Amino acid sequence: MSTPATYAGEAPARIVEPHKRIQRTYWQAARRRLLHDPVSMGCLGILFLIITAAMLAPWITPHDPYTSSIVNRLKPVLSPGFVLGTDELGRDMLTRLIYGGRISLLMGLLPIFIATLAGSILGIVAGYFGGKTNMVIMRVADIFFAFPSVLLAVGLAGALGAGVVNVLISLSLVFIPPITRVAEAATTQIRAQDFVEAARATGASAPRIIVGHVLTNVASPILTYASSLIGLSIVLASGLSFLGLGISPPLADWGLMLNTLRQSIFLAPVNAVWPGAMILIASVCFNLLSDGLRTAMDVKP
Amino acid sequence: MNAAGLTHRDGNAGTFLSVRDLSVEFLSDGMPLRAINGVDFDLHLGETLCFLGESGSGKTVTMRSLVQLLPPTARIGGKVWLDGIDVLTLDADRLRAIRGTQVSMIFQEPMTALDPVFTVGHQIAEVVVWHEGVSWSAGRARALEMLELVQVPSARRRLDAYPHELSGGLRQRVMIALALSCKPKLLLADEPTTALDATVQIQILLLLRELQRELGMATIFVTHDLGVACEISDRVAVMYAGRFVETGAMAEVIDSPRHPYTIGLLNSTVHAGSERGRLAPIPGAPPDLLDMPPGCAFAPRCSRVVAACREYMPDLQELAPGRAARCPRTSDPGI
Amino acid sequence: MNATPAPVDPPGTAATDPAADGRPILGVSGLRKYFRLRGGSGGVGPAYVQAVDDISFTVATGETLGVVGESGCGKSTTARLLMRLIEPDDGEILLDGRDVGGRDGMSLRALRRNVQMVFQDSYSSLNPRHTMAEEVSFGLTAQGVKRAEARRRANEVLEFVGLEPAIFADRYPHELSGGQRQRVNVARALALNPRLLLLDEAVSSLDKSVEAQVLNLLIEIKERLGLTYVFISHDLNVVRFIADRVLVMYLGKVVEIGPVDRVYGSPGHPYTRALIASRLSMDPRRRIEAPPVAGDLPSPINPPSGCRFRTRCPIAEPVCGSREPVLDRFGAEPAHLAACHALVPGSGHGQAPDRDGGTVPENEGSRP
Repeated sequence: MSTPATYAGEAPARIVEPHKRIQRTYWQAARRRLLHDPVSMGCLGILFLIITAAMLAPWITPHDPYTSSIVNRLKPVLSPGFVLGTDELGRDMLTRLIYGGRISLLMGLLPIFIATLAGSILGIVAGYFGGKTNMVIMRVADIFFAFPSVLLAVGLAGALGAGVVNVLISLSLVFIPPITRVAEAATTQIRAQDFVEAARATGASAPRIIVGHVLTNVASPILTYASSLIGLSIVLASGLSFLGLGISPPLADWGLMLNTLRQSIFLAPVNAVWPGAMILIASVCFNLLSDGLRTAMDVKP
Repeated sequence: MNAAGLTHRDGNAGTFLSVRDLSVEFLSDGMPLRAINGVDFDLHLGETLCFLGESGSGKTVTMRSLVQLLPPTARIGGKVWLDGIDVLTLDADRLRAIRGTQVSMIFQEPMTALDPVFTVGHQIAEVVVWHEGVSWSAGRARALEMLELVQVPSARRRLDAYPHELSGGLRQRVMIALALSCKPKLLLADEPTTALDATVQIQILLLLRELQRELGMATIFVTHDLGVACEISDRVAVMYAGRFVETGAMAEVIDSPRHPYTIGLLNSTVHAGSERGRLAPIPGAPPDLLDMPPGCAFAPRCSRVVAACREYMPDLQELAPGRAARCPRTSDPGI
Repeated sequence: MNATPAPVDPPGTAATDPAADGRPILGVSGLRKYFRLRGGSGGVGPAYVQAVDDISFTVATGETLGVVGESGCGKSTTARLLMRLIEPDDGEILLDGRDVGGRDGMSLRALRRNVQMVFQDSYSSLNPRHTMAEEVSFGLTAQGVKRAEARRRANEVLEFVGLEPAIFADRYPHELSGGQRQRVNVARALALNPRLLLLDEAVSSLDKSVEAQVLNLLIEIKERLGLTYVFISHDLNVVRFIADRVLVMYLGKVVEIGPVDRVYGSPGHPYTRALIASRLSMDPRRRIEAPPVAGDLPSPINPPSGCRFRTRCPIAEPVCGSREPVLDRFGAEPAHLAACHALVPGSGHGQAPDRDGGTVPENEGSRP
């Protein structure tokens, strides 16, 4: 009992026989959980269909999205050649929805992607270094945060003018502050842990600790939060287009389609519903998926 | 069921709390997990019983199961008679009534038991008004009386203090005052001094001892600290992996421990008289409740293990009146 | 017996021979750290927590210095100051006689090769997303060691602290028991070949049976690697068991320092006496009957003037409030110092010894 080696006899806390143990990293465990969640998988399936269709639009759509036809105006659902009917200018609804999905999804996903990158960097820097750095970053974020997101998006897009790029910029700006705040809170919490102190005590530099210790721990809260914003981003992007602050005709996304079909709502109510339904389906699916993601990531490895 | 050791032979005379074959199961990821198993004991008024054990030994679960203060996934089995009432069959309303008036509990961390948005005087008065139906001014008078009882300095001024304005020791005193405000007959104390500094811990222990003498309550005291147990309790039940492994009067257990776990625990505790050099610790770690060894739970760490230990769980064997150990080899020479 | 080579090649700072020759490895003088509080104390001006206020001591090569005190006494802050995890407001830290961080002194990097810290076991002491091998090798790669080499070294150190690498190297913290996690904490510190280990409540959160295992391991490691320990704990029994000298802190000040047997046998400071008398008896027939000291610890924000213990001290007199006592020798043992007016001839305290007599106070605090 005198050499330290004899203490190896201490029984493992949980798993006694090695063969019972399946080695999983945190991300493997989270993925496994997600794959076993029927709701998440259903949503993922629907989103996969929508996204694939949007990407393959030129090859799978039955009609040209821009060619209008006076005779085919507002054909009802299941008309020959027009499965979902036509819009007020006689263009095929299914085709328009698939093409509109390209822009709507782009404007939903890209701002979140940009905002996640920028917000994470700002939040982690603010949380890790604290002090004045934190104060400057977080006070600026607070100023943006003070406005409701819809109002801010409308204001920014209005100031920048219409157009896809401007919508992307304004939506990114809208989502940076909340993501910064989540990243900062998560980082501040990790920063106070003893293992970060221990890493500092070994002489590791700040970037190394951020990559090696902080990022692995703040990634899941940031990602789950960011994914919960995608649905909102799609709704906001559609809203901006609806208000005429987004893209301009003949290009279309779901929001703009909703606007132009608005005038026909009493003539062909079913036709007018399609773009709205797509916005609803896409955003609900993203939200449910984000919920599933949060549950899946809320595990130990 | 062998109910040796902590149960009284003279029937129910003077017994305030009587527990037979108590068990608690939790559901963990769909699998049942036996947290405690076959716990038997009796307790008189005016007596202090200590559950001594390490983390995961089931000491807190045992105590909480007495008043059903457990998460909803817990299934409690066995019998608990409190002053003749079968506690485990009570409905929620009757339980609530019992929890305030007959039984009270104090915790390790007073901040979790005290409401941060009310003054301490208000909180104590509220409990009294709620349970005894007296007026608010009478409740407040009782609050002052209680703070004086637990020796809070300048008690009248402290009635209007919020919990966060008090030091750790004072908060613990206030929690004791709150627990005792409806004159419970049974006090359940869950490591109430563990978070305190040494010079404050001894003050609280002495206070509890004094209060118990004055008020004549039965007390169950949960601790991992042998020193605390020695200061406060009359009898002790040493717990390991959800079972009593040794029971008896505090002094006897300390003087002549009979279960190998108790012996190991005494040897691993650094105390004022420890010689410098090496300690003789128990090897290994406590077992996982989801993956218990067959037979005696302590067998994998035990220095006196024999083949039979790995096959069946030994009974708690009575060694003398009020004294028992769950080990077949207690009578072997050299133990 | 273990065939693992002792994982210490004396680090780069050549000239020093880590023999236990009593030369100080660490010297601290006038160390001070105040934390500014946000929002103030309700009064005028900013409020400061005087976490560590002007403390000085040395640690001899090869010894174990125990640091005891209750919450808010500054013992953990002191460890973090020594490690330079926080910057001191004032004071000097000398490692092997060389200033740390100064222009001609030792770099922070060199400090951290020589001095390492073991944290209290808790779920926050190990990164939940790292395997044990990653956790132990992290510091090495940070010091510029190649990944494969760091990994090899991590396995070696894990084995040294009694954790079979084949079983434990790829485990995550939640798959380990408390005792095993604490061994990893020790391994992480040892990986960098330090000569001085700061142990901040290193066994405090462990169960007793596991605490004894880890204490044995620490003693073993110290002997085999010839390390020097600063052992910080609130548990007086453990400190007495493991330390050679002990330093007692109260509200940011050193109140007493000396060889363990002297401090526990004939404590000079009333606070030390109270602390020692507060140890539980472990004998139900000889229980403590009266509290050795009344009241709670005062807040380290705006601590009492003069002697900081005077508000709870059984022998406090007016002089204690007006003048701060200095840490000074008071008895026959030259290495035993305490800061109390009652020990200093001519201090104006009623119990102060005569100028010529110099009586040592009796053994009030120690228990037979």
